Amino acid sequence: MTKRTLFDKIWDAHVVTAVPNGPTQLYIDRHYCHEVTSPQAFDGLRKRGLKVFRPEKTTLSPDHNIPTLLQDQPIKDLISKHQVDTLTRNANEFGLTMYGLGHSKNGIIHVIGPENGLTLPGMTIVCGDSHTSTHGAFGSIAFGIGTSEVEMVLASQCILQPRPKTMRITFNGKLKSGVTAKDLALYMISQLTTGGATGYFVEYAGEAIRALSMEERMTVCNLSIEMGARGGMIAPDETTFAYMKGREFVPKEEAWDKALAYWKTLPTDEGAMFDREITFDASAIEPMITYGTNPGMGISIHSSIPKLEEIDPAGRISFEKAMTYMGFTPGEKIEGKSIDYVFLGSCTNGRIEDFRAFTSFVKGKKKAEHVIAWLVPGSWAVEKQIRAEGLDKILEEAGFALRQPGCSACLAMNDDKVPAGKYAVSTSNRNFEGRQGPGARTLLAGPLVAAAAAITGKITDPRQ
Amino acid sequence: MEKFQTLTSTCVPLPIENVDTDQIIPARFLKATTREGFGNNLFADWRYDKSGQPINNFVLNNPTYSGQVLVAGKNFGSGSSREHAAWALAGYGFKVVVSSFFADIFKGNALNNGVLPVVVSDVFLLELFAAIQVDPTTTITVNLEQQTICNNASGVVETFEINPYKKECLLHGLDDIDYLLSKKEAIEAWEKVH
Ligand code: SF4
Repeated sequence: MTKRTLFDKIWDAHVVTAVPNGPTQLYIDRHYCHEVTSPQAFDGLRKRGLKVFRPEKTTLSPDHNIPTLLQDQPIKDLISKHQVDTLTRNANEFGLTMYGLGHSKNGIIHVIGPENGLTLPGMTIVCGDSHTSTHGAFGSIAFGIGTSEVEMVLASQCILQPRPKTMRITFNGKLKSGVTAKDLALYMISQLTTGGATGYFVEYAGEAIRALSMEERMTVCNLSIEMGARGGMIAPDETTFAYMKGREFVPKEEAWDKALAYWKTLPTDEGAMFDREITFDASAIEPMITYGTNPGMGISIHSSIPKLEEIDPAGRISFEKAMTYMGFTPGEKIEGKSIDYVFLGSCTNGRIEDFRAFTSFVKGKKKAEHVIAWLVPGSWAVEKQIRAEGLDKILEEAGFALRQPGCSACLAMNDDKVPAGKYAVSTSNRNFEGRQGPGARTLLAGPLVAAAAAITGKITDPRQ
Repeated sequence: MEKFQTLTSTCVPLPIENVDTDQIIPARFLKATTREGFGNNLFADWRYDKSGQPINNFVLNNPTYSGQVLVAGKNFGSGSSREHAAWALAGYGFKVVVSSFFADIFKGNALNNGVLPVVVSDVFLLELFAAIQVDPTTTITVNLEQQTICNNASGVVETFEINPYKKECLLHGLDDIDYLLSKKEAIEAWEKVH
């Protein structure tokens, strides 16, 4: 029998037809939907007079455009309110399950899917959001789609996709203590650049990946898109099964046994071929931070920003533009720079382990006075767990307050905007110009580097 | 969707690499619930200052350059999957984007909205930027049937790749949903065995 990769096995099992000379018609097991990229798709259905083909396979949650304070009150920004109300109206009209504002299951769609057991190994999963790659952590094919494709899935439970190439990225060795999954991912993107994996679906493998918890694996898969990959995935193993067991929508009893037996057949066969293989040494990775305006512009926290001569000539205009925007000088050190804001949250680092890591660092210390810190849990379930573990108390003593769940300052569609010219150490995923507010300067990092920055008010190695 | 066959047009040059979709259309403009009107906010933060006044040295505000073709640096359309980026380009009046590399999701979104992403070699791109700089009335001709792009200043022609199915769709102005709806039986058959 031919040897197949994890990706091949899932893809092959979901092919409905192949368009001659064209893309594959792929069946979609799970469709997540939020308020920003869906209204035009529902409109499209109405215009064509269509129903949702398989309503039970779509789950909705407003997350992008919601406030993170006073969620029990009507949304003040009327345009945002209209968009969230439109999602509710569409859920009702088309008979879809929605976890709206105030629902105990509401949260960032990429946090609540796994949390509730809606994301399972072997599935095909899509959402009108590029960070859908997060769900690949369970050994599923999960990727972001555009609004036209959202409409396709609603209308037919299928989409048309050209088959991507496959890449395996292996991390040998162990991560040093104090180095997080976010550092691993930022390191990888800095090596491969933001377009380095375009056209590929990536499988992460190796000792360092196996050692990661599910939360950490989600962080890594989440960031796949930041190097251009269509998605990222990790073969399911005992860590995966232990995380899933007992969650609400996970199969139960006999169905669980049957599913488990299937999931165990999914990992890549020994000797299966990838279109590209890359290997990294995990033990060489240091805490990372970005200095520029794309996620590939990352360096270890002790390094200097590259000099202009070190940049490929074709990229120098963009590099200089980034330096001007960030207010940095090529060649200078990044450690010790003063910062103004800290954001802990997003679908990258808004899970319980991220709050545990952040809290473990700030425990018994005090937030730097000039720093404004936004701590935004990824979901209400995360928020509840934070309180159950008493982390909120520790945070409060250190001068921090929790906000209510949502995407928040990750894309700053709501009021959580970093003012122009201010520096924000952010655990989110994008440091593009204006991403966290017009003129905002974002430094991407993991939860420990963010915690250290919140305490010292400067870019600091959390291990010191 | 509108049909696309051939286009000859002057170009708007944007020689910047890694132009992400947050620049093409900033997140705060994503609150709309229809597809219309995004063209006015295309590249909003590069195009207008804080008070909403046009920034003179940004290319879209420079009357020297116009046309239905945007020529951009490598890795255009990276980042967020927002289809609004394609709506903004289409809404502004662009029919073709030329670059040496496109991000995947953007490429799909553009094709689904009648905007043709044309991948050219680095050399072709550099020469085109140079030609436009020397003479802003430089035109290119894109022929979809032949899959060719011609820099009419130099006469240099390159062929470009496009998925044959997507090419048919664009040539005839059809979309994917029409196709998928015609496959209901196959979908139900798939569901039965899975
Ligand atoms: S947290 Fe950020 S990246 Fe994640 S879904 Fe929300 S806006 Fe997108």
